[in-house]
Amino acid sequence: MNLNFLEFEQPIAELESKIQELQLVSDDNELNIAEEITRLREKSTKLTESIYADLTPWQTVQVARHPQRPYSLDYIQRIFTDWDELHGDRAFGDDKAIIAGIARIDGRPVMVVGEEKGRSVSEKVSRNFGMPKPEGYRKALRMFNMAERFKLPVLTFIDTPGAYPGIDSEERGISEAIAQNLAVMSRLRTPIICTVIGEGSSGGALAIGVGDQLNMLQYSTYFVISPEGCANIIWKTVEKAPLAAEAMGVTSSVLEELGIVDETIPEPLGGAHRDPDLMAERVKEKLVEQLDRLAQEPIDGLLERRYQRLMSYGNPG
Amino acid sequence: MSWLEKIVPSVIRTERRKGESKVPEGVWKQCVKCNSSLYRPELERNLDVCPKCDHHMRIGARRRLDIFLDEEGREELATDVTPVDRLKFKDVKKYKDRLTQAQKATGEDDALVAMRGTLKGQSVVAVAFEFAFHGGSMGYVVGERFTRAAQVALENGIPLVCFSATGGARMQEALISLMQMAKTSAVLERMKQAGVPFISVMTDPVYGGVSASLALLGDINAAEPGARAGFAGPNIIEQTIRQKLPKGFQRSEFLLEHGAIDMIIARKDMRDTLARLLSKLSGAPA
Repeated sequence: MNLNFLEFEQPIAELESKIQELQLVSDDNELNIAEEITRLREKSTKLTESIYADLTPWQTVQVARHPQRPYSLDYIQRIFTDWDELHGDRAFGDDKAIIAGIARIDGRPVMVVGEEKGRSVSEKVSRNFGMPKPEGYRKALRMFNMAERFKLPVLTFIDTPGAYPGIDSEERGISEAIAQNLAVMSRLRTPIICTVIGEGSSGGALAIGVGDQLNMLQYSTYFVISPEGCANIIWKTVEKAPLAAEAMGVTSSVLEELGIVDETIPEPLGGAHRDPDLMAERVKEKLVEQLDRLAQEPIDGLLERRYQRLMSYGNPG
Repeated sequence: MSWLEKIVPSVIRTERRKGESKVPEGVWKQCVKCNSSLYRPELERNLDVCPKCDHHMRIGARRRLDIFLDEEGREELATDVTPVDRLKFKDVKKYKDRLTQAQKATGEDDALVAMRGTLKGQSVVAVAFEFAFHGGSMGYVVGERFTRAAQVALENGIPLVCFSATGGARMQEALISLMQMAKTSAVLERMKQAGVPFISVMTDPVYGGVSASLALLGDINAAEPGARAGFAGPNIIEQTIRQKLPKGFQRSEFLLEHGAIDMIIARKDMRDTLARLLSKLSGAPA
């Protein structure tokens, strides 16, 4: 089994390995091999198109968690210039599950805050697999307040399995840290654009997710509890996670319908990891466009709109 | 009661209720902590606090507000907000049916009751979670009622008091529930900026999305003795870190020690303490 492909993508994986085999022998320079490769490539594209045209919510969850999916740092490198990372909450420590810093997008200075899962095993460990502790959220809060002082728009990238459930998290007040961010973001006097790039899990995601604009990448997911957690509570087994994902409506299409998500950014065929450069380009284009639009709104009007939008969540009709 | 139930001895009837106390329902109630059999009328006079071991038992939202507010001049708020099943959520049961079941069992239409009234003559808005309704979970109705109650407090410049008892956000309303965290936090922030007091009293238990929003945003955060409150439930933490949790973890005494709450308030002192605090915060003469 090819680990670069998810289980439901195995038919694509088989085609791709055939193409690779043929490429190895193609030195013989026989025309029909080249033709065969082209034919298989087309077949592979068609197959990917048909599989991705009809992903189940659970399959989307798997794409959102794909080990090769671009993370916050991958986007930061591709989208921004003059990136200066800033560290620490000034009270306890520096939580590497949340990265923050000042950078430029299209020449304009912005504050960037993102959850980062980490790529290599050691990096994953040092970043706690993208599960922030209170000091991570307090670092984010410090950046939000600084952004307000210096009139920097805030761009956040959401990608976390959740806030860290541990003894130390509870001792240092993880609930209060999350709650404080929700409160402050609701009235921060600078535009805030939030983008779910992978997995938006519950309060740990929302804690950097309150703003004027909420984007989701096409195959990212956003839920109040992980499908596994939901399945465990209702069906008493994680095996039913696919059913839970279905019931909760974790994808951008459902959340757009509910009026929670504003825009879905289309992903390259087969997911963002197939072409991170193209994906980053699309995200950048969207962010620049949204920043331009929000910058034109007088700040008081922007804040009132943000507040009314929060007040409307869940209103029937 | 049907004729059949009448002739079946009461002992058999009570035994059929699985998981409930062995003491016959009615006049006697067993304390879940010290197992003492308690005489109900006496227990009620003691505000459902065990006279033997001081265990603060869970009480419903209406009773909570009843023992907190002055008797005169109460007005229930936001009763026109009613549950909607936007997602048509279905697991082993339909969410719609779960709602109906909870409504029948509790007599409430959702998990939050909001009232305007007075506390020792001072105007207040008070809200209480109904834990017996779907684990006191916060979906649209709870978030919306809380928010409307806070708006009444904000517009009239009168304090808001919240008694929480909840498992967290309601799964069956998925992201709509999550967004109630942002909504309630936003209205509380407006109160904060306007200098209108909010006192949050956590009662057993307070977890998840409610803990990570409105319950910890009080100008003053308090808890009843022995109440459990935290972000992640003890089971989830134990599964994550693969070790046993220390004794007293996430109890109100733990929260006080770690600086999450200002004070622990016994139920019998609730009215006096909150009235004293609020009169000072609103600058009223002694």
